[in-house]
Amino acid sequence: MANIIGGITTSHIPAIANAMANGLEDTPYWKPFFDGYPPVRDWLNEKKPDVIILFYNDHGLEFFIDKKPTFAIGVADEYHNADEGWGIPTIPPVTGESDLSWHIANSLVEDGFDMTICQEMKVDHGLTVPLNLMWPGHNYGHVKVIPVCINCEQHPMPQPKRTFALGQAIGRAVQSFDDDLKVAVFGTGGMSHQLDGERAGIINREFDLMCLDKLVSDPEDLTKYSNFDLAEIAGAQGVELNMLIAMRGCLIGDVKELHRNYHAPISNTGSGLMLLEHTMPEK
Amino acid sequence: MSQTVNIPGTIMLDGPMATKGYPLNKMCYSFNNAAARNEFKEDEEAYYEKFKLTEDQRDAMRKRDVIAMLEAGGSIYYLAKFAGLLGLSVQDVGGLQTGMSTEEFKAFLVKQGEV
Repeated sequence: MANIIGGITTSHIPAIANAMANGLEDTPYWKPFFDGYPPVRDWLNEKKPDVIILFYNDHGLEFFIDKKPTFAIGVADEYHNADEGWGIPTIPPVTGESDLSWHIANSLVEDGFDMTICQEMKVDHGLTVPLNLMWPGHNYGHVKVIPVCINCEQHPMPQPKRTFALGQAIGRAVQSFDDDLKVAVFGTGGMSHQLDGERAGIINREFDLMCLDKLVSDPEDLTKYSNFDLAEIAGAQGVELNMLIAMRGCLIGDVKELHRNYHAPISNTGSGLMLLEHTMPEK
Repeated sequence: MSQTVNIPGTIMLDGPMATKGYPLNKMCYSFNNAAARNEFKEDEEAYYEKFKLTEDQRDAMRKRDVIAMLEAGGSIYYLAKFAGLLGLSVQDVGGLQTGMSTEEFKAFLVKQGEV
């Protein structure tokens, strides 16, 4: 059976792509952020997951508000990045995993999650920045990626209790896949931030740290928040916490925290890196 | 019907705002494409007309008034592409919206990250 070996939370902001492209990792501004990553990279290189299920939100590369999926899943064998309009370097293609993607899509719809299923899907910084953070130098081609995209832009958007349930359903779907695959799940984005309005710039360090604690030991407690609660407490784009909650939902067995690095600010955000090891429950 | 709550200093992109902002957002979404960015730079007024922006949206664009763009239904996702076209960072945009200089805005961010 396919086995989820761990979950990772990470930032995905575009400024990281520029910092890496320009070799700024060791500058005083960036060092406290990038210094968190080697233990996570080491774990990935040691455990060698075959597949990454990656939760992100598209920021207007593939999806416009002409047709905005609440939840979308990619089922392709390859995904491409493209010009996002503001000058971050475009990166090489990302490898997909069609068979497991279709299995998850079938299982989700059966389970009551009516996904938008995508055979073509341009992937933006929400997906590409985390891959390049984990395998610098664009060395992610060997890993198969299943993109799961969550609407975090336009209300109504799915509530934390729903994204957590989506994660749980994906966890069950993976468990019911016969092939022996090692799967890791990434929840990308956040944490607290607000880009728009007179309230732009708010970061809530205390809330972010509480969320990281809860993601380890009591993720269901985070599902008591609505997206409006999150906007109020953690900024309008603090709703990106949904991707971290969805990731944690996938971890349906036992979880152990192996590594954490919180740093703020990175660009306009609080950045929470966390590595959770996961043991699948008995079938 | 609006589904959102009122958070001061925050303009949420709910259904009615997304409907109102559609031409502005569609225009800014086009800036993913380099040829579109050049077309805009060559003749902004013609580009507003091409996407049938409302008068409020044109006015906000002409004044580079980010808050007015948001009030006209702009989504920060696409407005960020317009900011990129102008060579502005998200800290520049933060400063413009909060009445701070970019440096003051950056210092505000740093202060909140302190333990």
